[in-house]
Amino acid sequence: MRVFRWIIGFVIIASFMFGNFFIYTGVILFKLINVVLFCSLFLLFRVIFGPTAADRIVAVDILGILIIGMLALIGLFYDQSFFMDVGLIWALLSFIASLAFAKILEGRSLDD
Amino acid sequence: MIREIIGMAFILIGITFDFFGVLGLVRLPDVYNRLQAATKCVTFGSAGILLGVLIKQGFNNFGFKALIGIAFIFLTSPVSAHAIARASHRSGISLTKETIIDKYQEDNELKDD
Repeated sequence: MRVFRWIIGFVIIASFMFGNFFIYTGVILFKLINVVLFCSLFLLFRVIFGPTAADRIVAVDILGILIIGMLALIGLFYDQSFFMDVGLIWALLSFIASLAFAKILEGRSLDD
Repeated sequence: MIREIIGMAFILIGITFDFFGVLGLVRLPDVYNRLQAATKCVTFGSAGILLGVLIKQGFNNFGFKALIGIAFIFLTSPVSAHAIARASHRSGISLTKETIIDKYQEDNELKDD
């Protein structure tokens, strides 16, 4: 059973490394974007099956950070800078959202 | 040419740190351990990717937006990590079984007396 799980994990990692889940082929930047997509798949696992609420908050916070890196890579490929605008707005909104979630988790209301 | 090689090296380092941080977030047993592993995604992961983009692009508008992104991430992410850790300790989420010391709990008990 343990060997079976190792084989499934290796197949998933190899498909994300050598397959193409993105638009074009043949450029090394897309392999890197595939790795970041694989990391966000792990994060969605932690968001869905997290035992407590704090795990889900941590995973959503780190998902915002990963999205910024992925948007930088996509903007680097297309050579257009407006993707970084989306990344900056996403960073600030993720910060405010994680602060509000932490305050609700602590048991205080929002105007406290 | 040399600038593109250095930028691509920074991007590779950043993606490696991202991958190991997320692996720690999936595998570790506790909220606090997961938070401690996942914050490594910030300081060398995505900031490394943005620094690589800055070196690769030079100081045009894309590079300056990447620099502003590094500043935003470095200012905001430790604050949110601290707030999440404090709130999860105060809301009574239990630590893992292998824990040997809890200074914050002792400090709260001393403060109540």
